Amino acid sequence: MKLLIKICLIVFLSSFFKINVSAGEKSELIKQNWPFDGFFGRFDQSSIQRGFQVYREVCAGCHGIKYIAYRDLANVGFTPDEIKSIASEYEIMDGPNDEGEMFDRLAKPSDKFVGPYLNDKEARVANNGAYPPDLSLITKARAGGADYLYNLLNGYKDPPENLEISDGMYFNTIYPGNQIAMPMPIVDEIVEYEDETPATQDQIIRDVTSFLVWTAEPELEERKVLGIRVLIFLIIITLMLLAVKRKVWKDVE
Amino acid sequence: MDKKSLNDKLVESDKTQKVDSERRDFLFMTTTGLALAGGAMAAWSMIDTMNPAKDVLALSSTEVDLSPIESGQSLTVMWRGKPIFIRHRTKDEIKQARNVLVDDLTHKSLDEERVKKPEWLVVVGVCTHLGCVPLGQKVGDEKGEFGGWFCPCHGSHYDTSGRIRKGPAPLNLDVPPYEFVSDEIIKIG
Amino acid sequence: MSTEKNELKGVTGWIDKRLPVFTFINHNLRDYPTPKNLSYFWNFGSLAGVTLVIMIVTGILLAMQYTANADLAFDSVERIMRDVNNGWLLRYIHMNGASMFFIVVYIHIFRGLYYGSFKAPREILWILGVLILLLMMATAFMGYVLPWGQMSFWGATVITNLFSAFPVIGDYIVTFLWGGFSVDNPTLTRFFVLHYLMPFLIVGVVALHIVALHQFGSNNPLGIDVKSEGDTIPFHPYYTVKDYFGLGVFLIIFFGLVFFAPNFLGHPDNYIPADPLVTPAHIVPEWYFLPFYAILRAVPDKLMGVILMFAAVMVLFVLPWLDTHKTRSAQFRPYYKQFFWLFFIDCLILGWVGSMPAEGIYVLISRIATGYYFLFFLVILPILSRYENTRTIPTSIAASVLSDKFVNEKTSTENI
Repeated sequence: MKLLIKICLIVFLSSFFKINVSAGEKSELIKQNWPFDGFFGRFDQSSIQRGFQVYREVCAGCHGIKYIAYRDLANVGFTPDEIKSIASEYEIMDGPNDEGEMFDRLAKPSDKFVGPYLNDKEARVANNGAYPPDLSLITKARAGGADYLYNLLNGYKDPPENLEISDGMYFNTIYPGNQIAMPMPIVDEIVEYEDETPATQDQIIRDVTSFLVWTAEPELEERKVLGIRVLIFLIIITLMLLAVKRKVWKDVE
Repeated sequence: MDKKSLNDKLVESDKTQKVDSERRDFLFMTTTGLALAGGAMAAWSMIDTMNPAKDVLALSSTEVDLSPIESGQSLTVMWRGKPIFIRHRTKDEIKQARNVLVDDLTHKSLDEERVKKPEWLVVVGVCTHLGCVPLGQKVGDEKGEFGGWFCPCHGSHYDTSGRIRKGPAPLNLDVPPYEFVSDEIIKIG
Repeated sequence: MSTEKNELKGVTGWIDKRLPVFTFINHNLRDYPTPKNLSYFWNFGSLAGVTLVIMIVTGILLAMQYTANADLAFDSVERIMRDVNNGWLLRYIHMNGASMFFIVVYIHIFRGLYYGSFKAPREILWILGVLILLLMMATAFMGYVLPWGQMSFWGATVITNLFSAFPVIGDYIVTFLWGGFSVDNPTLTRFFVLHYLMPFLIVGVVALHIVALHQFGSNNPLGIDVKSEGDTIPFHPYYTVKDYFGLGVFLIIFFGLVFFAPNFLGHPDNYIPADPLVTPAHIVPEWYFLPFYAILRAVPDKLMGVILMFAAVMVLFVLPWLDTHKTRSAQFRPYYKQFFWLFFIDCLILGWVGSMPAEGIYVLISRIATGYYFLFFLVILPILSRYENTRTIPTSIAASVLSDKFVNEKTSTENI
């Protein structure tokens, strides 16, 4: 009886988790192998750097990454001088000055990335009422994370004949409701990589996804490195405590 | 669990007790030591959250463009939450600062050691007595008896090199770490 | 033996000095005689205490960085995650700590239910425990609002709106709770203050919980009273070392989550800043509220749903008077045991339907499960209390654990 209950429980619990995880997804996401997955996951810096290039040349027209500061780029291999020159390509509103006026100045490494729009309303107006979300947290803010983004960017297909697509909308197999306001952003050769990586659509999407995973979880690598150490420590000390416990309890029936 | 009574077991364990307790001591010591070390590291990682964060540290240096400051004028900028006094000194002020016998000073320091370029004086605008901000930056301010700054809190007088000349303050105004990035731009911090 | 005692005291001493709440919880747990047959299910009380301390410490440190303002809250949390030294660790510990706290406390409660720990003379101990659960629920709910993401905002909206179900005064209550006409800045600020305050109330009730516990000592898997010194062992070192070992296992799971799946138990929508104009497609509370959420939605009537949901917790308060069977442990109650496991599975099912949309087959399942939840407490337990026959119960803890020979000796002496 007890065994039966236990088996039931295990089956039930495992199905619970499976159902729960898949509940939020619209269409089956094709799982990808990411270098940052798993216990020993690490970022691929060159991929993130390329992804940053893709972000700047393709995404930044509509999407901001407002939680990232220019100085943060140091963590993916940019030098202080490179960061300074990247920052100085942006203008930021500062002030008020001594005359009480706001003024524009060049961005500094300590500033956050300047977005394409002043505010949400301007963003909506510029995009036919659709709001291009800030991308800093996008892989954490969508069920499926990196895989969702990868599949979404790869999910632009010809619509089935019986489906009517509204004006200014595009068919996407992954997007909830299948109609997305963002036109297909990434095609072959839309950027030209300096490191001579072939700029295939798949490669570009991988790179920009890696970059956005980094913007969402810049602590990921540090977290996993520390996590392994902490777990090893905890397992050792727990085994030692088990030995101590056994010794202490040896004489107790 | 064999079927010996508790008493039998206790008698038996008495024999091996000596060897046993040594091993147990060793195990206890290492376990305790390891737990302490882990606890200390965990505690430190938590306490460390109260240290200045990355965004705060990123603002620990600031660049100032000196070009708009004309001779005889002063500029106050904020650096690490404190006012920095930048004075474009006139020839007279420089002369005044250098024609002083160092031995007469409370806090002995040559003007040459306090500036990188004679016409630019950069000091932290916090009185070394009790932390007030001295007057002397604005045109109409009282500049004290030595033409530098005057702290209204307890009447400390600073000269044109920011050195304490009269009053309760024990030290000269601090010179922050700074460097000339170009002819007209300094980086403080 | 004495040297060991001092060394372990050293460890606790070290922690004690820095974590006064820990002292408070563990202070009486040293020489105090404890039944020697406690299983690992008895670890969860101390685990809950340790988790409470972890939550308070990380919470205080987080409060030093957090800004309780509707315009700044989300950004301040992101600043903690990105710029504060180990801020991500701090927040992930606090976030997952809430889940771990509920896991531990739920197991603790089910253990009490199974072994009859709520029965005389431990009724007040049990009631204080239920009070702790209620306070924890309120604290966790308000804590979840603080990051001011979409789930925070809409969770707060939906749950506070429950009070509008009460006739006449409902709307006034809701407006009062919000401090405005919708969930907004005043709501966030007061939730933050209460979220900071309530853990200290929990500490207070925990103290009373321990006082009540020490009045009669721990229950045990056999559910029989301690009869002689042979039934007990001193808490220290036996149960301290067992608790430390249990803590080790617990921390492995806890930190496994923190470091490798920190958002597994969370919801992606909470990484979208709160937007009063856009409701997420599928609002779900945190997993630990799902069974109650399922009960709420099982009832088609708004007021009844709210009442039933509250009743689901309130019924625990009167449990000692619903199950009045003299035998405590389910080990010796063949029928109670089966109904208990059915109840346990029922709670899991409620949790599962709580996470599903309230439509189709799920509504039916949630109704059946809700029905059994109350049937168990209000009908099955009182009936079993009257009619259930028990298996043979051992005469004492020592008798049950030791060899047959020893038992015979023991019982014969007792007979004299």
